[in-house]
Amino acid sequence: MEWETVIGLEIHIQLSTRSKMFSGASIAFGAPPNTQASAVDLAMPGTLPVANERAFHHAVMFGLAVEAEIASTSVFERKNYFYPDLPKGYQTTQLQQPIVGRGHIDIQLADGSTRRVRIHHAHLEEDAGKSLHEDFHGMSGIDLNRAGTPLIEVVTEPDMRSAGEAVACARKLHAIATSLGICDGDMSQGSMRFDVNVSVRRQGQRQLGTRTETKNLNSFRFIEEAIALEVERQIELLEDGGEVVQETRLYNGETKTARPMRSKEEANDYRYFPCPDLLPVVLDQDYIDAIARELPELPDARRRRFAEQYQLSDYDAGILSGDAATAAFFEQVAATCKDPKQAANWVMGELTARLNTAELAIADSPISAPQLAGMIARLQDGSISSKMAKQVFEAMWNGEGDADTVIEKRGLRQVSDSAELEAMVDDVIARSAKQVDNYRSADPAKRPKMLGYFVGQIMKASKGQANPQAVNKILQKKLTPRD
Amino acid sequence: MHEQTIAELKRGLSSGAFSSEELTRHYLERIERLDDTYKSYITVTKEAALAQARAADAARAGGDAAPLCGIPIAHKDIFCTRGVRTSCGSKMLDNFVPPYSATAVEKLEQAGCVMLGKTNMDEFAMGSSNENSYYGEVKNPWHIDSVPGGSSGGSAACVAAQLAAAATGTDTGGSIRQPASHCGITGIKPTYGRVSRWGMVAFASSLDQGGVLARNAEDAALVLQQMAGFDNRDSTSIDRPVEDYCQNLHAGIEGTVVGVPGEYFGEGLDSAVGAAVEAAIEQFEALGARIKAIHLPHTRLAVPAYYIIAPAECSANLSRFDGVRYGYRCSDPQDLDDLYKRSRGEGFGEEVKRRILVGTYALSAGYYDAYYSQAQKVRRLIKQDFVDAFSDVDVIAGPVAPSPAFRFGAKSRDPVAMYLEDIYTVPVSLAGLPGLSLPCGLAAGKPVGLQLIGNYFDEARLLNMAHRFQQATDHHRQRAAGID
Repeated sequence: MEWETVIGLEIHIQLSTRSKMFSGASIAFGAPPNTQASAVDLAMPGTLPVANERAFHHAVMFGLAVEAEIASTSVFERKNYFYPDLPKGYQTTQLQQPIVGRGHIDIQLADGSTRRVRIHHAHLEEDAGKSLHEDFHGMSGIDLNRAGTPLIEVVTEPDMRSAGEAVACARKLHAIATSLGICDGDMSQGSMRFDVNVSVRRQGQRQLGTRTETKNLNSFRFIEEAIALEVERQIELLEDGGEVVQETRLYNGETKTARPMRSKEEANDYRYFPCPDLLPVVLDQDYIDAIARELPELPDARRRRFAEQYQLSDYDAGILSGDAATAAFFEQVAATCKDPKQAANWVMGELTARLNTAELAIADSPISAPQLAGMIARLQDGSISSKMAKQVFEAMWNGEGDADTVIEKRGLRQVSDSAELEAMVDDVIARSAKQVDNYRSADPAKRPKMLGYFVGQIMKASKGQANPQAVNKILQKKLTPRD
Repeated sequence: MHEQTIAELKRGLSSGAFSSEELTRHYLERIERLDDTYKSYITVTKEAALAQARAADAARAGGDAAPLCGIPIAHKDIFCTRGVRTSCGSKMLDNFVPPYSATAVEKLEQAGCVMLGKTNMDEFAMGSSNENSYYGEVKNPWHIDSVPGGSSGGSAACVAAQLAAAATGTDTGGSIRQPASHCGITGIKPTYGRVSRWGMVAFASSLDQGGVLARNAEDAALVLQQMAGFDNRDSTSIDRPVEDYCQNLHAGIEGTVVGVPGEYFGEGLDSAVGAAVEAAIEQFEALGARIKAIHLPHTRLAVPAYYIIAPAECSANLSRFDGVRYGYRCSDPQDLDDLYKRSRGEGFGEEVKRRILVGTYALSAGYYDAYYSQAQKVRRLIKQDFVDAFSDVDVIAGPVAPSPAFRFGAKSRDPVAMYLEDIYTVPVSLAGLPGLSLPCGLAAGKPVGLQLIGNYFDEARLLNMAHRFQQATDHHRQRAAGID
């Protein structure tokens, strides 16, 4: 029996405002616990919320970027539940009248086709604080620094049909948010968190299956793993004649297991009602138009531009344009070294691999864009070989300075001077009479392969510094039988 | 000195007849001597008051006297006062000392007022009799066996007993107007949004409004002038200049059209109260006003709607009192649920719990439309009643409460009877309009209040009308027996 997977996403995007959604406290990450919590964030008696205009600005930017309707009137509501990291006993959020209405994004699938994912809506809300369960002798600590951080929660329609599509959608939203500059995109710090709604149904069945929601996934890998695990679980359950129970689940990225958190029956009655402390917010068209005019280049447009301007493959353009920081890095490297293809190769290849291993964002790359460009320039002008470039890259990564410094210090100069090389070639030819004879008497089609021996000898003699291309040329010239 | 109005005290202070320190000591001495009887204060801030008074005297000596420089007043214990316990009449906040002051408190401080202390009130402003205070019931200075009204009962009693020149109060469904009426003083609840709610412990956010309880309209005008104004810390505060309330106090009221709603004189109104109110309306006619019968057809729906909306909002507003960060925490909690249940169960009184339950029920899945949505529709109808009425009249007059102050315990076993105390004040709160209560006579020896309801931001007219009335009558000068 063939099964179809149906996936919808809910994405919490932390907005890069200076202050909180409803108070003047800073939202900077990493401060000592409870040092960035004002009386409002602590829900002290008599304190009142005042909405942050920048959060509206950012939400409107997002709405415009996903071609959504922007609500002229949006209303904050109270979502009531008790939890120690929720100081007011309710979360201020939007329900009936969210700021961003229906929109859509297009994702590129592995087979090169495009799928449209509809956005149901996106709303503004405040984040909760954090409960800390370690180091308190069996009790819990509460850190309210994060309480009140502005979020937009984006809710998609169930338009994705595989974990891969869900990840592509997640990446696209990440790319849009970072390109707009409304989120720092740092998933390890929780700047973007994903909930996945997963159900399965028999191929051809119209009605959706019962879904589960796996909450708080904070990496693309976890999204993929959690969906795969859940799909497998649901199919197994159904094939064994069981039923999927509507529930909220938690995925553990370390153990690669998931467990139910609460069932539908245990779900809270949140008793939403309009927040009487905050009046409906009315945005006039001028405000929205002004934001539309200042919208930066979006990932789709950037992808098209990269492909055209830098003559990159669609695939390369897609990868490099996806994330705003990567795109900016690549463009700087390309502009400085004037070799977009090489810039693309190094950024997508060596640099990305190293950053991934070290779990670093490109913004924190130990090698700067000008440094990488400098290295590529030396590669281009023949000063160093590709092999040397790898050494230079390594040294730059370790903080030994820019390419020229490393080349100088390590004596990595590649010998391209033809007189010097000719002397070396002559020397090797003189020492290798037998191989020379073999070469010259061989079928011309087999000769290029036989050239390797001589190149190797010369590289050895030059301690790796000879320019292989130049050596090749000289060798061919000298070894070709003069008839 | 304690018999003088604020207007008189201002003159005495500026002429040097007495200093603020002398005046403040005099009031503190009275509080110490008399308030054991009335229980109008929860906290008396003696040392701080004397320090403020000395500072006021120094400022005056330096030629820098603010408008209410050196005038001793009291704040309802719902207003946060930096460094001074703010209990809201609840065990829940018995240990709560805020690190900030309410905007209204700050503004009055900047105007030179001396704070004598914090006044008693129904717990979290929920009540119409002051029987719901953790700190004990406040006695009505006119009749020691009767309630002073609520929830600003402490403020009303301390002004009536002359234990402060004036006091701040808050009004959600009548909590300034009704105790002012029962204690024979003048109280004004301005338009919703006129006085900042920042630092005022919330009961029902869409209804709560700060105001003044004073000896007469002129004093109320002097104090409200300093309290009112836009505050960017309160999103429901309205950015609109504050009128000069004192400038037009003496203006004639000839030609003013006073609407008298038939619905406010129906079944349930005590006949002696009705007679006093009607006599007051005739007095306005004598002063040149035109009287016009009007209708506010949805009046009877106001109390039911109010007792859905206010509890619904309070059920969320009071969720923050969870024993986690401040306030009462039960001893030795076993787990999180136990911490919540016992801290809230032990920290809140009966009426507060009743309203939290009612509000929680009204907002629950399946009931929201039948209760909360319906109540909001009624609220719009009530507002529309007033909008329609104000197209024909300048001001509306009627009773504040259906009967004079009742005896302790008379209504506390019957919440609905207690809620009907608010029948004439609640519609005004639901509409967000300004309302003023002024004494207009006695019924069975107890004060009766007349309610004047104004159009939005028409506080100046209400104060002007009340002042003209008080110039022509002496109901407001009546003192309870035993107040020397």
